[in-house]
Amino acid sequence: MQCNICSVLSKMAELGAGSLLTGDPAFNYQEHELNERLKRLYPAVNEEETPLPRSWSPKDKYSYIGLSQNNLRVHYKGHGKNHKDAASVRATHPIPAACGIYYFEVKIVSKGRDGYMGIGLSAQGVNMNRLPGWDKHSYGYHGDDGHSFCSSGTGQPYGPTFTTGDVIGCCVNLINNTCFYTKNGHTLSFCPCLSFQPNLYPTVGLQTPGEIVDANFGQQPFVFDIEDYMSEWRAKIHSMIARFPIGERLGDWQAVLQNMVSSYLVHHGYCATAMTFARATETMIQEDQTSIKNRQRIQKLVLAGRVGEAIDATQQLYPGLLEHDPNLLFMLKCRQFVEMVNGTDSEVRCFSARSPKSQDSYPGSPNLSPRHGATNAHLHNTGADSPTCSNGVTPTNKNKSHNKYTGVSSASSSPSSSPSSVNYSESNSTDSTKSQPHSATSNQETSDSEMEIEAEHYSNGVTESSTRIMNGTYKHQEILQADDNSVDDSCSSRQLCGGNQAATERMIQFGRELQALSEQLCRQYGKNATHKKMLQDAFSLLAYSDPWNCPVGQQLDPMQREAICSALNSAILESQNLPKQPPLMLALGQATECVQLMAKVRSGSCSFARVDNFLH
Amino acid sequence: MACLLEAPLRISVLSEVTATSRHYVDRLFDPDPQNVLQGVIDMKNAVIGNNRQKANLIVLGAVPRLLYLLQQSSSSLELRTECAVVLGSLAMGTENNIKSLVDCHIIPALLQGLLCSDLIFIEACLRCLRTVFISPVTPVQLLYTDPTVIPHLMSLLSLSQHTQEYITQIFAHCCKTPEHQTVLFNHGAIQNIAPLLISPSYKVRMQALKCFSVLAYENAQVSMTLVNVLVDGEQLSQVFVRMMQRDKPIEMQLTAAKCLTYMCRAGAIRTDDNCIVLKTLPCLVRMCSKERLLEERVEGAETLAYLMEPDIELQRIASVTDHLVSMLADYFKYPSSVSAITDIKREKGDAFYSIILYCKCSLDHDLKHAHELRQAAFKLYASLGSNDEDIRKKITETENMMDRIVSGLSESSIKVRLAAVRCLHSLSRSVQQLRTSFHDHAVWKPLMKLLQNAPDEVLVMASSTLCNLLLEFSPSKEPILESGVIELLCSLTQSDSPALRVNGIWALMNMAFQADQKVKVEIVQALGTEQLFRLLSDPDTNVLMKTLGLLRNLLSTRPDMSSHGKQIMQAVTLILEGEHSIEVKEQTLCILANIADGNTAKELIMTNDDMLQKIKYYMGHSNVKLQLAATFCISNLIWNEEDGSQERQDKLREMGFVDILHKLTQASDPNLCDRAKKAMQQYLA
Repeated sequence: MQCNICSVLSKMAELGAGSLLTGDPAFNYQEHELNERLKRLYPAVNEEETPLPRSWSPKDKYSYIGLSQNNLRVHYKGHGKNHKDAASVRATHPIPAACGIYYFEVKIVSKGRDGYMGIGLSAQGVNMNRLPGWDKHSYGYHGDDGHSFCSSGTGQPYGPTFTTGDVIGCCVNLINNTCFYTKNGHTLSFCPCLSFQPNLYPTVGLQTPGEIVDANFGQQPFVFDIEDYMSEWRAKIHSMIARFPIGERLGDWQAVLQNMVSSYLVHHGYCATAMTFARATETMIQEDQTSIKNRQRIQKLVLAGRVGEAIDATQQLYPGLLEHDPNLLFMLKCRQFVEMVNGTDSEVRCFSARSPKSQDSYPGSPNLSPRHGATNAHLHNTGADSPTCSNGVTPTNKNKSHNKYTGVSSASSSPSSSPSSVNYSESNSTDSTKSQPHSATSNQETSDSEMEIEAEHYSNGVTESSTRIMNGTYKHQEILQADDNSVDDSCSSRQLCGGNQAATERMIQFGRELQALSEQLCRQYGKNATHKKMLQDAFSLLAYSDPWNCPVGQQLDPMQREAICSALNSAILESQNLPKQPPLMLALGQATECVQLMAKVRSGSCSFARVDNFLH
Repeated sequence: MACLLEAPLRISVLSEVTATSRHYVDRLFDPDPQNVLQGVIDMKNAVIGNNRQKANLIVLGAVPRLLYLLQQSSSSLELRTECAVVLGSLAMGTENNIKSLVDCHIIPALLQGLLCSDLIFIEACLRCLRTVFISPVTPVQLLYTDPTVIPHLMSLLSLSQHTQEYITQIFAHCCKTPEHQTVLFNHGAIQNIAPLLISPSYKVRMQALKCFSVLAYENAQVSMTLVNVLVDGEQLSQVFVRMMQRDKPIEMQLTAAKCLTYMCRAGAIRTDDNCIVLKTLPCLVRMCSKERLLEERVEGAETLAYLMEPDIELQRIASVTDHLVSMLADYFKYPSSVSAITDIKREKGDAFYSIILYCKCSLDHDLKHAHELRQAAFKLYASLGSNDEDIRKKITETENMMDRIVSGLSESSIKVRLAAVRCLHSLSRSVQQLRTSFHDHAVWKPLMKLLQNAPDEVLVMASSTLCNLLLEFSPSKEPILESGVIELLCSLTQSDSPALRVNGIWALMNMAFQADQKVKVEIVQALGTEQLFRLLSDPDTNVLMKTLGLLRNLLSTRPDMSSHGKQIMQAVTLILEGEHSIEVKEQTLCILANIADGNTAKELIMTNDDMLQKIKYYMGHSNVKLQLAATFCISNLIWNEEDGSQERQDKLREMGFVDILHKLTQASDPNLCDRAKKAMQQYLA
């Protein structure tokens, strides 16, 4: 054994030529490229569950095999007298089914004495004192005769022989369960092996002294254009999905689709859009308009960071709801506390607020578009998740004079360079009572077209809205009243509770109440680790001098309002006996789950049927 | 299925329809233009998808009237447009419709219409022109008769996606000759069409691509220009490579591969360029796979054969890619003939007959493709096996390959026969195959049959193959000789085609090599001295060389020169005095050496002082090959053991040959030195 290690080390020294150190920038670069390439080739693979092969396994090999160069180079160090001296090595991990199509290449550095190299695949546990292909669950293409071996000691004529300088590739198609090899970038037709068992490992075998091969699991560009091959299968599977026969049920499908769209719009409270859609498609909406508008109002309050008001509104409109759901209430209160720190909650804002000036209350409107889980958050975030857009909390713009003009026109990314936005802000500060046109302008700038519709709706809202709203504590007018000053103040200084002493005291008092609530809940329902963590996180904001730039500062991000917003929305819907999730999201979730399940049951086509591919 | 109609019925239907059709035509002559317009619109709706109606209207003379209305400047633009639309619709019918339209001079009328400024009208005219021009019955030359047409079409390319689609489609179909290519090229086809390759419309991209494939075909000028064209900052070859990606439509992949193939064959792209080796070749191999349509497989195989014809490396790569050699074997698994049952006597109203007829129709389609597939496969095999011995072996070892070639040689389709003989020719370059599979399958039999009465192109290939079969180590040589091939070969030497003359004389030369005296006499008798001398003055050097080769072989074993000695000597003198290449003269001197080896023939040289002076001259020539051949000649003359050698030695010594020989023993070339020493020994003995 010792002798083995010695020889490995000496070999490594002579072959590796210093490029072995992990700190080597070249190595890091290669590692980076490998990760990039693997991600691009196998986007459906979840490497936490099923890691991809990245090198040969120093454990899963015969003793006649030596590894070097980050376990990518394989050399033979046995006697090589006859086939009994054959030796193989497997890769560190099996090929995950979610690859769909998997590919690796091996370069023949030296054919050694006789050139008995075998490239292929084998299952865990197959004898390593053999060349790949000779035994059951093992497959290989051999250099000396160009034969393909499919779990048998006798090969079948398959392709040309290969030798020093050739690059041999092995492609496993997990969609139709076939495999083919390539030589110097040219496909050699499908190998005659008919059945493949799952969980195969890339494998190489050598048999005579001097044989050396290098593997490429994606560290370098492949000689064969595997991406082109994959694109063919992607197109095949996409057209299979597109041409999925629906037969006679064409009409049913349309009704289902319309229902999905409509219920989605209703769920998120896009009242006007939903009504228009219903009119155009002649479908019915289950929930009445008032209810939709109520929910939408509450959602907007949460998303604007005015959680206290949202709680009040909920209690007003849906009495008993929060009382029956202390978890939700606690979550809301925690958020309210965070918003107090942020200076956006009305309980602290009232201290700094002067007279309400503008209807333009939602400068941070990026949050109004719903999110669909973490997977595609990016799609929606573009332009929205930069801090510039969130309530005017602008870390880059600390300059006060600047902020005066920029606070409101949150969506314009470079306010200073955009004359229109500057003009707009100026006019807003001097002539703030003329809020109507401004709100329209502002909404255009938020680049959320849905907002535009909603905003129009609101402007008419007072006259057409039901008595219930009129009777409520918050009229539209009031809800929509936000004062630029307060926003300006909070963002310009970014101080705790907007920097107001009274507000800070109110916040501390609120914190105490929250603590009390937590204790009460604890007594009533037993310990709750989630609550405790939530509370800790919220309170720890106060421990830092600049909460926005602290390890828990993430909480202050307006994006964080969305989860609680949708939880509240779902709870309200549930209380009204409506589905807490829109069917569209359910279908999406189910499709995503199905695709993941396909990967688990080794259906390779899942890799080309990803849900994101169909979301634009 | 018009063929199923019983004759009487057909007439009655026709007369019925004619009545309504007449009404449509009559309305075109209405004095009120508004009524005419409505009439044309109604006609348009009536003819859509109705071939019989179209035929009727044409018979009733609607076309000239429509053309008149279309050309009248007094007609409203709307009317003119509708006329063009109706004409376009008529053109969509049968080939006969197209013929009638062309006979009515529709093309110049429509081309004239393109000068109008209204886009809708132009598009209607172009659409109709497109339909007319893509028909095989329309003479493409009509596009080029008026020299102003092409530049005008180029200028219309910028108008709309429709004009782009129609015009490029017209170009793609009407560019058939190098002259057409040049006309289009000179009018800026490349610069005008290249940007269309990235058009948002698939149809435009596709037609533009087709244009480039026909423009580049065997055209170095176009191909060289194409490699330097940039489309949106990208090289054209890269644009083509992208179009060959596997997720693109097959039609696009195939046409892009054709473009690159033609550019490569025209010398604009190297054969070892990655875009050829790693992209075009694999793409074309994919096109040969079973998954593709029959038409695609044919085109793919033919293009691939053309691509790799001159390059052994590409042949080697293709031979191992995707098991191409065995994949091609599938090309033969289609019916080669229709059962005789289709020829059964037809009885009136026989349902059985109808069914058979229907089956025959679809079978005919398959049959047509079966021929195409076979000839494409033969072509590709021919190309694959043209250089590499291992590949040839692989091909002949493919299941039933030799049988397939043998039956291909006698197939009814000339295309298949030609391709089969090309394949056989390619394989006949293998010594091993000549000795084994060629003999086992008696390929010479169908080959000989093919040589009777075949068109020239088949004859060239077949006779060339025969040359190889007549090589002395070929076991087929004997049976071929016995089959009386000499007459046939002699007649080939009288052909007008230089290629056939070469092959004829070449085959005779091979036949005469180390042959029995009997065969040699037969050859001489069959060919006749007159023809032999005619060949010796053939303008084609190849013919001359092979004729000399034949002479050399004929004279190789102690020839008896009694019959034609004088003439042969004359011919030899003529050639040695003429302006000929070294090879020709070497061959001639070798003949002379052979003559010098014969008993009676020696005298012919010895008595010819002029000839001896010539030999002397060549012994001192700067070219070693000629020196060697001349020395050979002398050596044969002075050989000891033969009668009169002493006299000859003396005579030649007097003429100063010994001195020359002595000098040559010091030559740097070992062969020459050796030969001279041996000759000197004759004097010393």
